[in-house]
Amino acid sequence: MARVLFTPHVGGLLVLIAVIVIAPYFFPSNFYFRIFALVWIASIAVVGLNLLMGYAGQVSLGHAGFYGIGAYAVAVLPHHFGVPSLIALVIGLVVAGGLAYLVGRPILRLKGHYLAVATLGMGILIAMVITNEAQFTGGPDGMSVPRLELFGERIRGSDTWYWISGATLVVICWLALNLVNSPTGRALRAVHDSEVAAQVNGIDIAREKLKVFVLSAVFAALAGSYHAFMGPTITPVMADFLHSIELVIMVVIGGMGSVFGSVVGAAFLVTLPQLLTVFDEYKFMMLGLLMMAFMIFLRDGIVPSLGKLLRGRFAPAKAEEPSSPKASEPSEAKPS
Amino acid sequence: MAEFLQFSFSGLTVGAVYALVALGFTIIYNASDVINFAQGEFVMLGGMVTVFAYAAGVPLPFAALLAITVAMVVGVGLNKLAIEPARGASAVTLIIITIGASVFLRGAAQVGFDKQFHSLPAFSGDTPINVFGATLLPQSLWVLGSALLIVVALFVFFNRTLYGKAILATSNNRLAAKLVGINTNQIMLASFAVSAAIGALAGIVVTPITLTSFQVGTLLALKGFAAAMLGGMGNPIGAVIGGLMVGLLEAFTAGYLSSEYKDATAFIVILIVLFFFPGGLFGKAKVERV
Repeated sequence: MARVLFTPHVGGLLVLIAVIVIAPYFFPSNFYFRIFALVWIASIAVVGLNLLMGYAGQVSLGHAGFYGIGAYAVAVLPHHFGVPSLIALVIGLVVAGGLAYLVGRPILRLKGHYLAVATLGMGILIAMVITNEAQFTGGPDGMSVPRLELFGERIRGSDTWYWISGATLVVICWLALNLVNSPTGRALRAVHDSEVAAQVNGIDIAREKLKVFVLSAVFAALAGSYHAFMGPTITPVMADFLHSIELVIMVVIGGMGSVFGSVVGAAFLVTLPQLLTVFDEYKFMMLGLLMMAFMIFLRDGIVPSLGKLLRGRFAPAKAEEPSSPKASEPSEAKPS
Repeated sequence: MAEFLQFSFSGLTVGAVYALVALGFTIIYNASDVINFAQGEFVMLGGMVTVFAYAAGVPLPFAALLAITVAMVVGVGLNKLAIEPARGASAVTLIIITIGASVFLRGAAQVGFDKQFHSLPAFSGDTPINVFGATLLPQSLWVLGSALLIVVALFVFFNRTLYGKAILATSNNRLAAKLVGINTNQIMLASFAVSAAIGALAGIVVTPITLTSFQVGTLLALKGFAAAMLGGMGNPIGAVIGGLMVGLLEAFTAGYLSSEYKDATAFIVILIVLFFFPGGLFGKAKVERV
């Protein structure tokens, strides 16, 4: 019984639920509901991206594009076409997933730098469309989002969104953990460790990668929709390159291949600028330094490193191998 | 016809800048297998440092030299402090590190300089030259001339000097290069310094035409990368041709189709190249060893 409590499935989810429920008692003001709602929302996107990066070992520098699709779907469709918000949300998810499916096939054949650049190009194209189609999206100034109505009630207020996004995050984490422990999850890890070996063992690499790419795009779009609903306004900044990078940093800081690491990474990066409002000017310097520092010194990220520490078994320092150029390097992030 | 020429001129001018950025990518990639996403920041530094030094009263040529020196120091520092400690890491890790460096340099420029757009006076006047009804700015000739000069200089450097050949040897096989006594760490440093200098120079000559600000680097890096991909990663001649092609395509898109989507051209090019010719137009098919 005690052992069960320490598995991510039971223990991890319980901790997450406890944090979500207890945190509001420590909020000094209502403003914190908004910040932590943003943390849960970012986490939803980051959990998906982490499945892609940490488990399947594929990088995406364009996920903010899907986030933007989700956000603008719930803004543009109700505003210009009178589509009910909830249906607009579903349409947003379908569009993001469909787009990921279409571009995923050719894109996911690529590796390393090429994959990074292809996803980046895709993300930037989405952001560009959002910025340029000003008659629908309001251009660079953004637009306001009609409030979501559920059962005749207008959903507003950061505290309501705190609970909605928190509950959704729990479900998303549960889904992600299930996926990780399913045949698909094992296949993904095999793909991460060695694509060739995975293929030899009969795994349809392309299909497994595509599956998780589509899933992560849908999660990102869902996060974008929530963010837009909480509003009050949205701008193309949500879809731009730097936001994609921020999502990647969240994955990396929390720990690639760790579902709860995603939440920690998101919490870290969303709350940090709030703590450092005085240093607003230095935000990007800090972000850049963090990215470099984590990649150089703490490549496993916070949660997996802590996990190792707690289990008291430090992996012996990896011997520096003479790096052979042009050969693919062994991936360093093992799923934990 | 005049219109076509006009678009070609502006395309070739920006294309020359992309070509220089792409060359910078290529040099570092060849020496170290790293795609340096901070390459665009060298261009930004070149422009910004020159602008601010010039505004402080430094004569233009010295301001330019100062900017190139600053960029080289930053390039070497980037290699020493961020790339070398992560030697042997996966491509994704290195990408994140260089993007981090790029975000950092952008942030630093925003704090250290300012958020405004800046320009420099054209080096040899603003009187446009009339060519068959199209106008050509003298500054465009400076851009094209510098690009040509750098390409020739690099060609000589790589093919005629021992040091250049050592860089080529390192890019072919680092271990073998080490075994014949080449100091590969020094080669890495040199490649970062050279490519930073090239980037800075591009930033300096293009500033009178396109203006500069702390945030020009990101887009330039991406377009330069598109150019390098188009030509085939690691191929210097390909990088130059790729740069000019991206510049021309962009200018024609802006002229004939839609100026709003001109920036999209480079990314559509990237996607098409990646989907259909993953090796680039002038690249060789790569065989991966399992």
